[in-house]
Amino acid sequence: MKITLKLYATLGAFLPPGAARNAIQLDVADGATIADVLARQSVPREACHLILVNGVFSPPASAHARELVDGDTLAVWPPVAGG
Amino acid sequence: MGWTGQVLRVNLTKGTCTPEALNKDWAGQYLGQRGLGSKYLVEETDPKVDPLSPDNKMIFATGPLTGTCASTGGRYSVITKGPLTGAIACSNSGGYWGAELKFAGWDMIILEGKADKPVYLCIIDGKAELLDASEIWGKSVWDMDAWIKSRHQDPMMHVSGIGIAGENGVLYSCIINDLHRAAGRSGVGAVMGSKNLKAIAVRGTGGVKVDDFPAFLAATSAAKEVLAGNAVTGEGLPAFGTQVLMNVINEAGALPTRNTREVQFEGAHDISAEAMAKPSGKDGKPNLLANQACFSCTIACGRISKINEEHYTVRNKPEYWHASGGLEYEAAWALGAATGVSDLDALTYANFICNEQGIDPISFGATLGAAMEMYEDGALTDKDTGGLKLNFGSAEALTQATELTGKAEGFGKELGMGSKKLCDKYGKPELSMTVKGQEFPAYDPRGIQGMGLTYATSNRGACHLRSYTVSSEILGIPEKTDPLVTDGKAGLVKAFQDATAAVDSAGLCIFTTFAWTLEDIAPQIDGALAGEWSVDRLLEIGERVWNLERQYNLQAGFTAKDDTLPKRLLKDAAKTGPAKGLVAGLDKMLPEYYAVRGWTEDGVPTNETLSRLAL
Repeated sequence: MKITLKLYATLGAFLPPGAARNAIQLDVADGATIADVLARQSVPREACHLILVNGVFSPPASAHARELVDGDTLAVWPPVAGG
Repeated sequence: MGWTGQVLRVNLTKGTCTPEALNKDWAGQYLGQRGLGSKYLVEETDPKVDPLSPDNKMIFATGPLTGTCASTGGRYSVITKGPLTGAIACSNSGGYWGAELKFAGWDMIILEGKADKPVYLCIIDGKAELLDASEIWGKSVWDMDAWIKSRHQDPMMHVSGIGIAGENGVLYSCIINDLHRAAGRSGVGAVMGSKNLKAIAVRGTGGVKVDDFPAFLAATSAAKEVLAGNAVTGEGLPAFGTQVLMNVINEAGALPTRNTREVQFEGAHDISAEAMAKPSGKDGKPNLLANQACFSCTIACGRISKINEEHYTVRNKPEYWHASGGLEYEAAWALGAATGVSDLDALTYANFICNEQGIDPISFGATLGAAMEMYEDGALTDKDTGGLKLNFGSAEALTQATELTGKAEGFGKELGMGSKKLCDKYGKPELSMTVKGQEFPAYDPRGIQGMGLTYATSNRGACHLRSYTVSSEILGIPEKTDPLVTDGKAGLVKAFQDATAAVDSAGLCIFTTFAWTLEDIAPQIDGALAGEWSVDRLLEIGERVWNLERQYNLQAGFTAKDDTLPKRLLKDAAKTGPAKGLVAGLDKMLPEYYAVRGWTEDGVPTNETLSRLAL
C-alpha cells in the first residue's frame, strides 16, 4: 500500500532521497504500523514526540500498535511548541 | 522585596515626573505586572473613557520577578484602554527593557494627560525627565533607538517606543523595545502616540533585592533545570522557535487561510520553520541566522533572520540587508496564510517593516486578508485601494500595503483602522475575523474547539495568549484533549485563563509553562516576596485578575453579546482536514463557561463570585 510520510524539523534528516517539502510517498506492507514505518527510516522513537495520522493525534506510545491503511498521511515531529 | 517600592507618575500635560510608593496591599492581591497594572487602571480611570483622549492613562508595569535571575524574568506589560477594541488592553513584551526599568529603581510608570509637543521620557536611575522629541517624531523605531542612544552617549540604554504607525493612530500599532520585541496587541502604540510620547529610554545600574535569597536561588535553579531538561523548552523552542507550528497546525486542519475561508494553506511549508532553515540566496545562508534570548531567559526561542539581498523587496535597499527580528509563528501566519502569500522573503520584509514602524503583524495581516477578500468580491475597487491590486497570494500587495500602513499613507490609512471598521465601512461586516474588534490569530476554532471559546471570552479581544489550549488540544501539554470536541473545554479554558493571568502578573514568559506548572513558579515568587505564596494563592489571583478585567469591560459597555465569533466560524463548516464538516461549537461551551466562572447566564460575575474574590 502507499502512504505519505512527512518528517519535520530535525527529523527531516531521516527522509530518503527524493523527498520534497519534508514529504515522500512510500510503498509499505499492508498492515504496517507507525513504528514499522519509522523503523524503516531509522527514526529514533524517542525523538518522535508528536505524531499525526491524517492530521489526527496518535499517541507515540501506541506507535507499534497503530496500523496504517492505504492512502494515510503520517506526519511526525520532535519536541515542538509555539504560540 | 522583589519590588523597588517606587512608582513613577508622569503627568504629560503638566510635564511632571513624581515618585510615589507602590501600593503593597494591591500587590498582595494582584501580584504585579498585568494584575497590578490593571488594578491601578481600574481605580484611576473611567472605563468609558475615549482611549485616545488625554483622560486615558497607560501603565508600564513590571512583575516581582522582572529583573531577577528567574528564567525569563524580564517581562513588562503595557496596560491601558485599547483603541482597537474599546476593552481593557494589556500587552506583554520581553527583551531587556523591563529588567532595565527595575534596575533604575522603578516598578511601574503611570502616564497620564497629553504633552503639548512630542517628548520622550528619559530615566537614568532615580532621575526621570521629559525631553524634547521633535527631532525623532516621524522617525522609525530603529532610527529613534539609535538617536536616543547617541544623544545620551550610552549604548546600554534600553528604549521602548513607537514608530510612525503609533504617531499616526494606526489602531493596532504596538510599542517596540530593543528593536524587535513588542507589546504588540490592541493598539497600545496608538495610545502612546495620542499622548505625544515617542519613547521611554531607561538606564539602570541597580539590582533587584529578593526576600529570601537562598530560597530564591534554590527555587530558580531548580526551575531552570526543569526548563533545560524538558524536550520542548530545552530543545524544541530554541532550535525551531514557534514557527515550527506552521506545518503542525496546517496538518491538523486548523490554519486559517485567506481570511479564514479555508483551514489549510497549500503554501504553509514555504513559510515554515523548515523553510527558514533551508539555505537560500547567493550567499547560501538560510533565512534564519540564529536564535536569541530575552533577559534572563534560558529558552531562547527568538528568531534572528536576514532577507535574501536579491529579493525584490530589498534589492535596492541595503538598509534592510542586516539581521533583525525574524518571523514568529503568529506573524508568519498573518502575513502569509491569512493573505495567501507564500513568499518567505516578502513575509520577512513585511515583518521587518512591522517592527520598524511599530505595527502588530497579527492584526495587520488579518486586516489585509479581509481587504483582499473584499477586493476579490468587488466590495473594494482599484479606486478605493489607490491602485493596489489586493489579490490573495500577491506578495507585492503584501509588501506595498505594509509600507503604506506603516506610514499611514493612501489605502494604508484605511488598513490602519483594523478589519472591523474597514469591513463595516465597505458594507461587509461579516468578513471581519474579529472578536471585540480584535483580529484573531493563527488557530481556526473549527479545528481547535477550545480556541473558539478562548477567542470569544478573551478580555482584550480575540487572542491566543489569554488561554493557549492549543497546548493541550494539539501538543498534549500538560495532557492531551481532543481538539474536535467541545466537551470539557469550558473548564479547560478557565484553567488556562486563570493560570496565564498569574504568570502574566509575575514578570515571567508564558512559554515557560510548556515545562513549568504553578508548582515550579510558586516557590520562585515565594523566595522573592515577603509572605506566603502558594499555588492556590496564585490561582486565586489569576481568577481575581480575570474577573477584574471582565468587570472593567462590562462597565465599558460590553455585554454577553460580545462573547461571540464571526458567523463564518459558527455557520460555515471546515472544508478539509480532520475538522471537515465542523463549525465552532461555541453555543455548547459558553453557557457552561459562564457557570464554571460563577457568572450569571448573561455573563456577569455574581455577587457571590465577586465577594469570594474580594472584588
